[in-house]
Amino acid sequence: MTDATFVPAALDPERRAALTRRRYAAEKRFRLYGVGAIGVSIAALVLLLVSVLGGGLPAFTQTFVRAQIYLDPAVLDPSGTRDPDGIRKVLTFAYAPLIKRSLETATAELQPTVPGITPALLAGMVSDGAPAQLRNYVIANPDSIGETVEFEFLANGRIDQYVKGNITRESSAGDARLDPAQLDAADRLLEAGVMELRFNPAFITNPDASENRPEAAGLGVALIGSAYMMLIVLVLSLPIGVAASIYLEEFAAKSWLTDVIEVNISNLAAVPSIVFGILGLAFFINFMNLPMSAPIVGGLVLTLMTLPTIIIATRAALKSVPPSIKEAALGVGASKMQAIFHHVLPLAMPGILTGTIIGLAQALGETAPLLLIGMVAFVKDFPAGLPDGLFDPATALPVQVYNFTQRADPAFVERASGAIIVLLVFLVAMNTVAIVLRQKLERTW
Amino acid sequence: MSAGLLFLVLAILAVAGYLSGRWRAAAGGDTRALHSRTTYHGLAVALAALLAGIVTFVLLNLLATVAPEIGSRFVAIASIALALAAFVAVWARITPAFRARNLVETIVLGLLLLAATVAIFTTAAIVLSLVFSTARFFGQYSWSEFFFGTVWSPAFQGVSRLGMLPLLWGTLYVSAIALAVAVPIGLFTAIFLTQYASPRFRRAAKPAIEILAGIPTIVYGLFALVTVGPILRDWFAQPTGLGSSSASVMTAGLVMGIMLIPFVSSLSDDIITAVPRAMREGSLGLGATQSETIRRVIIPAALPGIVGAVLLAASRAIGETMIVVLGAGAAAQLSLNPFEAMTTITVKIVSQLTGDTDFNSPETLVAFALGITLFVLTLGMNVLALYIVRRYREQYE
Repeated sequence: MTDATFVPAALDPERRAALTRRRYAAEKRFRLYGVGAIGVSIAALVLLLVSVLGGGLPAFTQTFVRAQIYLDPAVLDPSGTRDPDGIRKVLTFAYAPLIKRSLETATAELQPTVPGITPALLAGMVSDGAPAQLRNYVIANPDSIGETVEFEFLANGRIDQYVKGNITRESSAGDARLDPAQLDAADRLLEAGVMELRFNPAFITNPDASENRPEAAGLGVALIGSAYMMLIVLVLSLPIGVAASIYLEEFAAKSWLTDVIEVNISNLAAVPSIVFGILGLAFFINFMNLPMSAPIVGGLVLTLMTLPTIIIATRAALKSVPPSIKEAALGVGASKMQAIFHHVLPLAMPGILTGTIIGLAQALGETAPLLLIGMVAFVKDFPAGLPDGLFDPATALPVQVYNFTQRADPAFVERASGAIIVLLVFLVAMNTVAIVLRQKLERTW
Repeated sequence: MSAGLLFLVLAILAVAGYLSGRWRAAAGGDTRALHSRTTYHGLAVALAALLAGIVTFVLLNLLATVAPEIGSRFVAIASIALALAAFVAVWARITPAFRARNLVETIVLGLLLLAATVAIFTTAAIVLSLVFSTARFFGQYSWSEFFFGTVWSPAFQGVSRLGMLPLLWGTLYVSAIALAVAVPIGLFTAIFLTQYASPRFRRAAKPAIEILAGIPTIVYGLFALVTVGPILRDWFAQPTGLGSSSASVMTAGLVMGIMLIPFVSSLSDDIITAVPRAMREGSLGLGATQSETIRRVIIPAALPGIVGAVLLAASRAIGETMIVVLGAGAAAQLSLNPFEAMTTITVKIVSQLTGDTDFNSPETLVAFALGITLFVLTLGMNVLALYIVRRYREQYE
């Protein structure tokens, strides 16, 4: 066979040219598929960010209404003594008629241009939380009773959505909670400057609000809950992760125990997050009797989920420190422990910190396990300060997003997107810090 | 006495131990005569006191779960007493010949080992918490009905039917769509970035695509709920008469596919780069075009690794929760229509375990049986994938 020569059948030039053309066309097509694939990925990313940002930015603004309210002494302080306890006895319920009555003059002013408006409808344009706001003011300033004070209320969620352009006259035609006259009045009030749409810091600081008051719902409790959990994750997973990595990278002899640990770590990294939620529910809550919805349980579950990330990053960082450093330390008489803790570990620190921040960022966005340990509950009271607050009910930022999406009023969807913007800002900040740390501190040997 | 106060006392003991241990070691005057430096004497006392206190505290608390007559006051006093005893025992041993460094290093090594075993304890806790409740579930509900039942209709008062098949079907259907999106796009992305792109383009495009991997799944869930779902419903499902729900298998599958793109692409990227240059250059040298080289040489060589990557992506898809909770719906059904709402194992774990739960009813306990199914499924896929990837890597190293 070796001396047989292979003579290709001579292709006629035309067919050969056609073949080449076809091969080149296939080449071009293949390349286009690649460009297309990258294009699709980038387009999906852009669409995702645009839809979240576009939907969420309005959540940071809110419609406010100014109103002159006469604080009627006959209602607010029947005894006439200005006794704080007596004022406190007047329930929020009694404040609502006060608002309606005070709006009578405003109604009269609007009536020529908006025929259908009544004081009740006008009062209905204000948030349901307005009476409580009024009551808090009166309790804080008992001397103001009997005077007419200008208040700034949040507008009702529907009115707010109308001002933001999310609902129109047509789309709200069948809405029992929204009268067309209210929309006309809103237009007039906006023109007059009595009502205005502006930045609302309360979205960040307020606690969550009930189903009927989307305008007042905020992220305060969720932010504190997330912060508490991140604190627990940092305090627990950094030392445990670093200790485990040092053991595995520097001390572990090749034994069955080491193998079992290695296999466990790589498997834990791939266990679905919801399974960690089941662990939290069954072990931390049902077995160890830790409270439901508490940041301590969430923090522990997230710690276990973050550990593999930190261990993998730390081991890589330890591995990247050249062995000559350790050998030099050993050579001048340091013990192995001294060589590692005094020389290798400090040099590996930038890599460890970067890995930790990335692990924390992952933990911050984790939702599913927190649903199972009860963080999805409606929490409107801020948890206490540290350390007792760790055992108080709280929510977390991503769970709050989920919570908002489960409400019937569509105004909450805007707030869900707004909450995601806050979450993404934190994630971007954390990842930026990680990248900057890596670039500033990383050494090449 | 609260646990916080107890730990404060232990911390003070430790600090006192450190200072007094150092002082006692240095008291002889010439510290050069010591076996260990004074710091290690201090650390030895501090660590001994701290560890004795914490270990007593943990052990007595565990004991208290079976013997409730052990009060928290007794636990606290015993912990502090033992910490003090350890303090005194080590402190009294301090002499110039005392091997304090060796003692400290042994303790630290023990702590490092303990930290490394946390992974084992976690796995054990997961398995135990799943197995116990699942056993209780199968005590109340027939296992064959669970695994082979085709109807899922939990009713908290009365007869529930808890067949897993509709959930498994929904899970696999959504995952299949997700993989159908992610695998071709991810693979072509990896091929283009490794074989065609200029280094500059690669430096810009790779991080951009990896941003997708850093976005939390709740964001994808909201994207499915608010953007993708309504678009699919208004532009595809309703005009073709296939469905009227914005939550559907297609919605969840597409969005999950987007989530998996960076996962597939970065894994395939590593695998394709690992194919020896010589193979590629040999093929190009024989006159094959680049795409022919990729299709006939590189892909077949990288195939085992790519299969492993796809398996890893599939296990991610099966375990994914938030996208399906918000995008796939809650109706358990066996249907082929991708524009209908269906539900998955993870969705039902969430719905059976949130809200008011009664840990004695099969309707709640079924979540643990679903959890163990999910755990075994994903674990199996991961082990298989890691095995394939490792085998593949050995082939070229």
